[in-house]
Amino acid sequence: MIPNHPDGPPPPPRRRGFDWRVALVPGLISAVSIILVFGLLGWLVATNPNWPRIQAQFFNLDHMLAAAPRVGIGFLINMQVWLIAAVAIGSWALLLAVVRSLRGPWFAPFRVMVVLYIDIFRGLPVLLLVILFGFGIPALRIPGLPNSGLFWGGVAMVLSYSAYVCEIYRSGIDAVHEGQWAAANALGLSDWQVMVHAILPQAIRNVLPSLMNIVVALQKDVALLSVIGVRDAVREAQIYTATTFNYSSLVVAALLFLLATIPMARLADWITRRDRTRRLQVAA
Amino acid sequence: MGADFLQIDRLTKYFGQHLVLDRVSLSVARHEVVCLIGASGSGKSTLLRCINGLIEPDWGQIRLDGVPITDRSFGKTGLQRRVGIVFQSYNLFPHMSVLDNITLAPRKVMRMTREEAEAKALQTLALFGMDRFAGSYPEQLSGGQQQRVAVVRALAGDPDVLLLDEVTAALDPELVGEVMDVIRDLKVQGLTMVIVTHEMAFARDLADRVCFLDAGRIAEEGPPDALFRRPEHPRTRQFLERLLEGGRL
Repeated sequence: MIPNHPDGPPPPPRRRGFDWRVALVPGLISAVSIILVFGLLGWLVATNPNWPRIQAQFFNLDHMLAAAPRVGIGFLINMQVWLIAAVAIGSWALLLAVVRSLRGPWFAPFRVMVVLYIDIFRGLPVLLLVILFGFGIPALRIPGLPNSGLFWGGVAMVLSYSAYVCEIYRSGIDAVHEGQWAAANALGLSDWQVMVHAILPQAIRNVLPSLMNIVVALQKDVALLSVIGVRDAVREAQIYTATTFNYSSLVVAALLFLLATIPMARLADWITRRDRTRRLQVAA
Repeated sequence: MGADFLQIDRLTKYFGQHLVLDRVSLSVARHEVVCLIGASGSGKSTLLRCINGLIEPDWGQIRLDGVPITDRSFGKTGLQRRVGIVFQSYNLFPHMSVLDNITLAPRKVMRMTREEAEAKALQTLALFGMDRFAGSYPEQLSGGQQQRVAVVRALAGDPDVLLLDEVTAALDPELVGEVMDVIRDLKVQGLTMVIVTHEMAFARDLADRVCFLDAGRIAEEGPPDALFRRPEHPRTRQFLERLLEGGRL
């Protein structure tokens, strides 16, 4: 029925009061089903005849506590390498992407170099590069060059990841509307100024969610450096395992990684979501 | 008033095998307003983009005040400083405030200080009733307001010639008026303009001369009254009749 109001439009609908049944029932069903499913899984694991052995091998609290300090110190190395590498990759890849996107004919040789670079480093396993650089270059004993495996392993990670990140930046640059280039050129800006002031800020905003994912992936891939003897969390845990034949130390390292990556992943999700709402607002 | 301030001589441009401009010659005097009309794809926008160097023509020459625009004396950016352009879709930079949009070129190309550039920008914005939006971002403005900002941005370098490329085509009919008022003001101030438009009322009202482009050639040109009342070329007649039927004249 349409209410008949002689002056003006009908009033807004009355707000419905808080309804316990509507609010509570679905929540209750979810909680009960979660408890049921996980309870069942837990019971299946705990009643398994092998469980005590698994627990002693992987989740031995004494071993975990004993290994924790050294694994923790190793993890600090992971975090340091991660932060430095993330910054290095971010800047080096940006430079590559800009060079690849500059349109002047003088930049042609540099464009070709970047294309080759990406083909090579994206096509090689990171592990191979880490071993090649981390063992190979210090073995050359060239005076003046750093001699640490950690340094060269880190360089390998930066070179490899930059190839991917460069492509991400480039997709962001390509997604900036052609009219923005035309407008910037029409104002008399140089190629470089067009890139820095008009295109890049928009491009980076476009790809921020993808970049965040890479940062999360990098956080755990830093552990690859353990294969060349860098005493990071994984390496320290392995050393502990080698003397005690108990794997709880690796679980400690695993927990530390989760502690670091899960918040980063949530942050990445949050940035993605915020970015999407911003876009929708612009479109509306 | 010599009819040779902006001189276009047999300009020819191909996109691949497609002939977009076919020996177009046009002279625009100082303070003159020339409107280019014609169907989509007749080469109007390409002609404009050649004039400020965004597109390089294949043949022919453009002279500004007697000097070819490819001449070294213009330097790398001198041409863009003397010939401003406003686009149909405004193309404001979405990550910059209105003020930064306008002062970008003065600061980076003309090496003005920020204070200097901003003072001047605010002055020009005020002329168009837009000064209170100086801190706004483009997405917060209506289409008409964005287009007025785009005009102010193109004027920031004090150009001798302003090119307008279908500046009202993306606007709601209600907003067309406010942009047309701005351009009328510019004409009164004596700015030389070349305007591509589908808005025939606009052309009739503002133009000193109207050129009808057809398939990359100027098929007919003349004062708006004559061209709209007594078109001589059959293609012009056909074009205007279609517009009449569409209710756009």
